[in-house]
Amino acid sequence: MIASSEVMNELSSGWFLEHAWLIPIIPAIGFAIIILFGKKLPMKGSEIGLISMLSSLALAGGAAMQWISRVNSGTEEQFIAPVVRTWNWWQIGGMKFTIGQSIDGLSVIVLVVVAFISTLVQLYSTEYLKGDRRYTHFFAALTLFSAGMLAMVVAEDTILFLLGWEIMGLCSFMLIGHWWEDGANSRAALKAFFTVRTGDMGLLIGISMLYFASNEWTTKELGVSGFSIRGISAWALSGEPNSRVILIAAIALFIAAIGKSGQFPLHTWLPDAMAGPTPVSSLLHSSTMVVAGVFLVSRLYPVFFTGFHILGSGGNFITIIGGITIVIAAALAFVQNDIKKVLAYSTVSQLGYMMLGLGAGAWMPAVFHIFTHAFFKACLFLGAGSISHSASHHSFDMKKDMGGLRKVMPITFTTWVISTLALCGVFPFSGFFSKDEIIDNVGHNGYQLFMIIGLIGAFMTAAYMTRATYLTFFGEARGASAGIHHDEHHDAHASAHDAHDSHDAHDAHATDHADQGPHESGWRITLPLVLLAILALGSGFLNAVPFGEKWERITKWVEPRHSEFAPELHHAPFTWSKAGLSLAIVFIGIALSWGISTMLYTRKDKRLVGLSERNRVLRAGYNLLINKYFLDVLYEKVIVKAIAGPIAAAAYWFNQNILDGILHAVARFSRVFSGWVYRNIDQRVVDGTVNNSGKATKGAGGVLAPVQSGKVSQYGALLFSAAAVAALVLVIINS
Amino acid sequence: MLVNQFLFLAALLFCIGVYGVIARKNAVLVLMSIELILNAVNLNFVAFALRNGNADGHTFALYIIAIAAAEVGVGLGLVLLIFRNRRTISLDDLSEMKG
Repeated sequence: MIASSEVMNELSSGWFLEHAWLIPIIPAIGFAIIILFGKKLPMKGSEIGLISMLSSLALAGGAAMQWISRVNSGTEEQFIAPVVRTWNWWQIGGMKFTIGQSIDGLSVIVLVVVAFISTLVQLYSTEYLKGDRRYTHFFAALTLFSAGMLAMVVAEDTILFLLGWEIMGLCSFMLIGHWWEDGANSRAALKAFFTVRTGDMGLLIGISMLYFASNEWTTKELGVSGFSIRGISAWALSGEPNSRVILIAAIALFIAAIGKSGQFPLHTWLPDAMAGPTPVSSLLHSSTMVVAGVFLVSRLYPVFFTGFHILGSGGNFITIIGGITIVIAAALAFVQNDIKKVLAYSTVSQLGYMMLGLGAGAWMPAVFHIFTHAFFKACLFLGAGSISHSASHHSFDMKKDMGGLRKVMPITFTTWVISTLALCGVFPFSGFFSKDEIIDNVGHNGYQLFMIIGLIGAFMTAAYMTRATYLTFFGEARGASAGIHHDEHHDAHASAHDAHDSHDAHDAHATDHADQGPHESGWRITLPLVLLAILALGSGFLNAVPFGEKWERITKWVEPRHSEFAPELHHAPFTWSKAGLSLAIVFIGIALSWGISTMLYTRKDKRLVGLSERNRVLRAGYNLLINKYFLDVLYEKVIVKAIAGPIAAAAYWFNQNILDGILHAVARFSRVFSGWVYRNIDQRVVDGTVNNSGKATKGAGGVLAPVQSGKVSQYGALLFSAAAVAALVLVIINS
Repeated sequence: MLVNQFLFLAALLFCIGVYGVIARKNAVLVLMSIELILNAVNLNFVAFALRNGNADGHTFALYIIAIAAAEVGVGLGLVLLIFRNRRTISLDDLSEMKG
């Protein structure tokens, strides 16, 4: 707590911090320009995307610099207030909705990461999607996607947050289904959209609950509405809220995070989302889409902190979901042959670490893991894209079309290995400094069981990444990377990667590859790879806990100091013995997996090959994994059918028995009745009248016939003129 | 608060919409004009709600937006079917209702 006697320094600010709201606005404008004029521009709109992302990056960098000096201008213990600017957005019956920015350490670090990775991905895409038929639309969607994420990050209130969140949902749908001509791709896009939507319900419910619960308090105490994130944070920590209300709100919000961040049991959309172009997967899985859920939890952390009693329990909803996700996703990664799917499951598992960290009170390590993970995961995905682009003929199958690529693609190989080591958490790569801190702090805060799960996860990560690396870069070359050009196979994989291959401009491009065989990619692909690999190697030192407090820069800059807006969190003291244990586990994982991979894939050891077919237990396990725990079957066949089936059956029954019964009865009655009417009334009374009136009508009809021209616009004109006359009459009567 | 400007704008939008409905031959453009008319009405609702300081007009406007979306969905579906059957969406060619 800040003692009231302590001197509070005046905090510095600056232009970049005050104008951080420009960061999402620029790409949003860029999107509009691309979609309107993109096709007419010399580079088909990609230059606008690149420029807008670069300017966002520059602004974000400036904001980061000024934030650091703002932190330095305060005292050690002082809470560094975020830079807030708000505008009135709309007003409705006395309720005021504001929109605005609130920039603090967390927003700054995520802004920089998002803008940086988006820029690199855009650069990469100019090469990767060269000649694509919807090139302009791709860049438009990519730019809007980044704009959505950036808007979410700068948001001062939950409404703007929700807006950015939904923009991302929409754009992910467009980008995953970019090659929608192929049914599998559009199905994957729909699946991603609907699964995430399931979670989004939670966000809406959570935001509304928080508003109604906190609005009165925040208006009275802070003069902000119940949508303000600061207001909600202070309210959650004030001891005011009813514990049940805040628990339910936290659960609702966390369900949204489960959907967006691909946590168990809604993780099934994430691997399918690989149907999109590789740059999209890279952006989605490193810094934007999936991080949004983690960001939600870290942004509204006080709500979760109070709702789940994070420091006072040995396990809660968040840690359980995070723990389950770490292990099951890592297990799934072992049976995938598609290199991108291995990476996708690895992302799911790493997000599990972040959630676990947040759930166990390790806020800072979890946020730092967002930071480091973004770099090495983006690098791995772009590396996979580089392989498929230049070596394996647009295939992502490691067993069929890769192998032995380390010699032909030295840059891709080196960057891949660096990022893999970072992902596994090997010292001194960046993953070590973040993942190890999470595991350490989780144990320190009393979540022993989850610390063990974290260590198991680290072992599995090391093992499956070694398997993937071995299959891709070592052993002998197979399939397309051996230069074997088989059309049949190409067709099969055209569907997996690019339907655009068989079209116009890309055709020549594809044959090029077949002739050249595997080779290194161009600079627009390798430059992002190299930059990301450097960061994967070096970014850990920004918060190198092992070297003492002087090295904990990110902690100093980003972690909010304890105050009415931020809970008090402790850090586990670093000991080399604990780090040594996890490093040993990682090395055992790597060695074991390397040994098994060599025996299985290169020497084809008789004892191991086909073991999963001979051993019943292993076969059952393999089946469970290859079918993804039958969760897809559960969702599509059981849940959807269970809901849709009875409704359809009930509707059919209702139709057959009730409606038809009524119809038949009515029909029978009317037949009897109409017979009587025909004989007595129709023939005698009516016909006489009709014959006479018929003549009159015919005369009138002849006069009015031209009006019934069949032209809709004429009818419309008549309608509007009649309305105008009626309005005139009304005015005259009333005045 | 003066609502004149809003009402002028709404009237202008309404007139453009009516012109579009009457003068345009393309079914899609007619649908778009109908949207304009609806939104002109929305604008009036919101303007008066602001002046009277209650939320009724906003609520109406929100409902209208939702229903207009449904209406356009049906309308575009019809246009699509007409196009499939007759390879045209010009309203001049659609005069089955001629009496």
